[in-house]
Amino acid sequence: MYAQMVKSEAADESAEAQAFQARIDAGEKIEPKDWMPAGYRKTLIRQIGQHAHSEIVGQLPEGNWITRAPTLERKAILLAKVQDEAGHGLYLYCAAETLGVSRDELTEMLLDGRMKYSSIFNYPTLTWADMGAVGWLVDGAAIMNQVPLQRTSFGPYSRAMIRVCKEESFHQRQGYDIMMKMAQGTPEQKAMAQNALDRFWYPSLMMFGPSDADSVHSAQSMAWKIKMNTNDELRQKFVDQTVPQAEYLGLTVPDKTLKWNDEKGGYDFAEPDWAEFFEVIKGNGPCNTERLAARNKAWDDGKWVRDGLLAHAEKRNARKVAAE
Amino acid sequence: MSSPNSAYPDIPETQTKPKRHEWPLWEVFIRGQHGMSHRHVGSLHAPDEEMAIKNARDVYTRRNEGVSIWVVEACNIAASSPSEKGPLYEPSESKVYRHPTFFDIPEEVGAM
Repeated sequence: MYAQMVKSEAADESAEAQAFQARIDAGEKIEPKDWMPAGYRKTLIRQIGQHAHSEIVGQLPEGNWITRAPTLERKAILLAKVQDEAGHGLYLYCAAETLGVSRDELTEMLLDGRMKYSSIFNYPTLTWADMGAVGWLVDGAAIMNQVPLQRTSFGPYSRAMIRVCKEESFHQRQGYDIMMKMAQGTPEQKAMAQNALDRFWYPSLMMFGPSDADSVHSAQSMAWKIKMNTNDELRQKFVDQTVPQAEYLGLTVPDKTLKWNDEKGGYDFAEPDWAEFFEVIKGNGPCNTERLAARNKAWDDGKWVRDGLLAHAEKRNARKVAAE
Repeated sequence: MSSPNSAYPDIPETQTKPKRHEWPLWEVFIRGQHGMSHRHVGSLHAPDEEMAIKNARDVYTRRNEGVSIWVVEACNIAASSPSEKGPLYEPSESKVYRHPTFFDIPEEVGAM
């Protein structure tokens, strides 16, 4: 899940708000110019913004391996994948902007730490097998969340999710393809694949956020249909789907308590270390500083390009006006 | 109607943002392979129309989605507003005879 612990605003009790809720309950889509409660708007900006930032920052751990991909084909594929992540970020920024926040404003809030991105991207990608684990597990977890969000109540967000989901399954499959190759390779390669699974398993489970069964915020977001499932539901679904895939690879999920539970029709599994999760969210993960520094550097280094192109466009416009 | 100086036609007038010096917003329309009309696919920022088309190529047609791209600066789009929904669309509701199924044609006549 690319949006974690998004604080939801409270609903108001006005007649307008009640009519608004009735529209959502009836399955209508809310469009940018429609009346909406301030809380709905604010929560959505937070959530879509965080989602967009995650796509953008998410390019960094994978970009790390583009120049070191083992073959030219793998390199081209990874490049296309990372380019898709940029595209997904842009679809989402475009949806957020319809709510009245500007692109640069969102970027600034990411860069100065006021807005968050998913905790998962604060973990390092140490080996080529991590490219497999990220595609398979991280994109797999993201898809769990993004598929139901295609039905979200806010039209532009829903449309962005539909585009993202169309492209996302390529990402997961290319990850699994890398894992298959490594798992069927030399003992050293298989060990690398196992090591990548060991490191990414719990951080992937954290992507869904802590249990929100009793959270008031989460209940409001679900009533507004900007959150479609509880964190626990999605996490369970992810585990149930992923464990057989790990078995096929001949790899072991790093959880000794993992056991099929016939009664609930799903696996029992160990919770990730939530203390670690909160530390990462606070900024103390292994790569938080590096990630934000890389984004800030890109923004600062790109300033002359942004300014130069704008100045050029303005000069040309002025000339055109003068000629008319 | 949206205020003419709002950067995005869909943003309600309530916003009171300071004007920022950023690349303008462009709405992107793409015509797919199969002879359909251009269809709105999203927006992007670019300094001018030439860059907007180049960026639209990268953002919206990475998988052969289109054979033609239109870009329009968002501030140049006029849009109907939700409060006009009634007056704008109600008149057509009472004109059921505009639909072919309004007329009963005997079966003997054949397909029509």
